Amino acid sequence: MSTGSLGDVWHDERLRPVFAACATLGVAVGVFAISFGVSAVGAGASVAQACVMSLLVFTGASQFSAISVIGAGGSATSAFGGAALLAARNAVYGLAMAPHLQGSLSTRLVAAQLTIDESTAMATSQDDGAHRRAAFWITGLSVYLFWNVGTLIGALLGSAIDPTTYGLDAAFPAAFVAMVWPQLLRRRSAMAAGIGATICLVLIPFTPVGVPILCAALGVVVGIPKDRQDPT
Amino acid sequence: MSWIFVLTLAATAYGFKVLGLVLVGERRLPGVLDRCLALIPAALIAALVMKDTFSVGQHLQIDARAAGVGAAVIAAWRRAPLIVVIIVGAAVTAALRVVS
Repeated sequence: MSTGSLGDVWHDERLRPVFAACATLGVAVGVFAISFGVSAVGAGASVAQACVMSLLVFTGASQFSAISVIGAGGSATSAFGGAALLAARNAVYGLAMAPHLQGSLSTRLVAAQLTIDESTAMATSQDDGAHRRAAFWITGLSVYLFWNVGTLIGALLGSAIDPTTYGLDAAFPAAFVAMVWPQLLRRRSAMAAGIGATICLVLIPFTPVGVPILCAALGVVVGIPKDRQDPT
Repeated sequence: MSWIFVLTLAATAYGFKVLGLVLVGERRLPGVLDRCLALIPAALIAALVMKDTFSVGQHLQIDARAAGVGAAVIAAWRRAPLIVVIIVGAAVTAALRVVS
């Protein structure tokens, strides 16, 4: 099925929570994007560079990391290394999303750009292929819109609200908890989540930022044996 | 900041994103790989929640976020709508920061 079939699910009641969540999360994404725009210009980027970064890199954690290293006077090489490490997990998300994102090559090349934490997590919250695909596109496109508009505003405005004032930094993990919740009701997924979470917590103090989440992918080993009670 | 830096990072980020989608593509995978790939979001998103809740850079830290995300977990367990879980998480975190 291609994105052409998205029209069928557009008016689907089951997707209303996805739209509502995207609108709410959009506020948090927008505020962080404004703050990114401000920091980028503060670190010596031009308005155009800040905007091109958000349009083309489109990975919040990587962008913030790059800007903070450069802003602190670090070399381009170390800024690049840290940012690339943080971007690597999107490749892992791509592996998981590929079976759900079938369509023409051009559709998939666009889908690739939208393969991020939020779109993957929201897709996971749905329980069949058509709704996963719809949730992925709705979330990916709305985050893309809010992220880029916010970056432009921040880069031009030069001043931002501190996202922590409104607890917006906690909006993301809260959203991810709700999105992954339906999965946790399955034994295998709950085990994979438990292992992933443990690996991440153990590695955070000892490895560069970005590595703990990559290593959390080892949690999928619980999928190796066949399981009659919990076919996934 | 140089344009070369911006464009190299953009190409790298996109390369990672496209890599996963292209590696798997539309081909049918052996059952074992199918089962493992299906578990990726659970493993990574759970890890992401830990990182977003308990870390500041490479330091582990328990602060207002832990209470906010804890409240979000309860809301999700009580089957609250997604939008409610998000607002509960942010509001509890913000409220604790105000009082502390």
